[in-house]
Amino acid sequence: MTSAEPASVRPESETNAAIERAYRDAYGSVLATLIRFLGGDFDAAEEALADAFATALETWPRDGIPTVPAAWLTTAGRNRALDRIRRDRRQAEKLVLLERELAATEVATMQLGTEGGLADDRLRLIFTCCHPALPLDARVALTLRTLGGLTTPEIARAFLVPEATLAQRLVRAKRKIREAGIPYRVPLGPELPERLDGVLATLYLVFNEGYLASAGEGAVRHDLCAEAIRLAAIVADLLPDRPETHGLLALLLLQDSRRDARVGADGSIVLLEEQDRTRWDRAEITRGLEALDRGFAAAARLSHASVGRYLLQAAIAAEHARTLDGRPTDWRGIATLYEALSRIDPSPIVELNRAVAIAQADGPAAGLALLDELTAGGELTGYHLLPAARADLLRRLGRLQEAAAEYQRALALSDNDAERRFLRRRLAETGS
Amino acid sequence: MRYMLLIYAEENQQDEAASGTAAGAAPEAPEMSPPWMEYTSWLLREGIHSAGERLATSSSATTVRVRDGARLITDGPYTETKEVLGGYYIIECENLDEALEAAARCPAALGGSIEVRPIIGMPLPAAAG
Repeated sequence: MTSAEPASVRPESETNAAIERAYRDAYGSVLATLIRFLGGDFDAAEEALADAFATALETWPRDGIPTVPAAWLTTAGRNRALDRIRRDRRQAEKLVLLERELAATEVATMQLGTEGGLADDRLRLIFTCCHPALPLDARVALTLRTLGGLTTPEIARAFLVPEATLAQRLVRAKRKIREAGIPYRVPLGPELPERLDGVLATLYLVFNEGYLASAGEGAVRHDLCAEAIRLAAIVADLLPDRPETHGLLALLLLQDSRRDARVGADGSIVLLEEQDRTRWDRAEITRGLEALDRGFAAAARLSHASVGRYLLQAAIAAEHARTLDGRPTDWRGIATLYEALSRIDPSPIVELNRAVAIAQADGPAAGLALLDELTAGGELTGYHLLPAARADLLRRLGRLQEAAAEYQRALALSDNDAERRFLRRRLAETGS
Repeated sequence: MRYMLLIYAEENQQDEAASGTAAGAAPEAPEMSPPWMEYTSWLLREGIHSAGERLATSSSATTVRVRDGARLITDGPYTETKEVLGGYYIIECENLDEALEAAARCPAALGGSIEVRPIIGMPLPAAAG
């Protein structure tokens, strides 16, 4: 491989940084290509890539950092995989096939940039890792391990499971891929939207694992959010005409932008309306709003019906984010978005949120009427936010005694300390 | 790859009635209903059909176990669920996605469920003599 500069002047720290960067940026895509090259054998591909990185550690300080590290690693990985197979005589037949393919694709690989073939392989890998035939926890682990390049101990720590459990989960998932014949391909036609849903749901789950964790658990878990955002950006890049890919990316960025403000000094969760909005991450909000625009533009090209749950939730988050410019929250707009969300994904929680938005837009009485319907429906019995929301509207209507009773009910149902403190404060305001 | 589609569905009264044949007589195969005819023809047209049979109702089933050298014979299938194994297909497919596509078209997938399992196969031992 060619190198950009002579090696003699290259300090080791610079090479190490380049290797770390390559690991971070290219692990998933190179592994994806190696898996295809090796006919879907995840384990052999991981071994080959580990070999390639080991070779890089030896040769990059001597020969210089390659111009396109991903292409270098792909070629090195393939060569190391071939070496291994050559050593194994029983696989002689497989070798003939692989060498034939190698000869046919060698030229193409040499021209590999970061786009094209590598991108296709990465997409194949995402769809394989998130195949619905795999259990959800295995999809998550496999996605983080192969695409994210996170190590098994790192993933185990992030999900608070023993390393052995996680390792076994990965082994089982890879075995199922092999034995059940899960194909290494991007689904076509009518299958794509359905399968894409599964991919997006997996990434959202990874994000929420990191986001919903209590603050005390710290940095490792925030890595999960960052990783989910990175992978969501890749998927949006690879499938730009699917609106929901941008919708998920926008939603993750806009939620993550409130990261610092949603945790109080004592480590407790701060509710949205009480957050110090100056601590919201403006750069992430900008990226999120851009992704949101791309999503709605893609939906306009495709069909109105392609606006899905992620775009709508992102649009709601965006309404809050836009208040940073000093404009008031557009509650009427938020209520309309919840209504649309409720049509796609009907749930009493969405209805509750819609009622709260309507109360803000049309006054507490209008919201209370909707909440009374929800209470009568009985689906949210035992859910503390329903009496909390009712209490709030009753208080604003001046019906303080009824409000106090609802605050008491909410207090009895909530097990979150921050929320309980908030509810007690409000209860005191009713004079009870 | 070869896959077996194991067809699980609730048995209805008609199935029960159809299997109520005279003692000692093998139950007669009832007519295949149009959706099943269509489905089987589709598998044949696609060239993925390899085998398939319908089973008599679970009330005709007998379960055998050997414990401590003794044969235990019990009535019925070893299951507590309402859905019982009612039949199977064996299909030849490129990969799991193709097999799942074929399974989703099976009439019993509506209301019942289809378990899709890869077949590893079992080589026959060489014939004696």
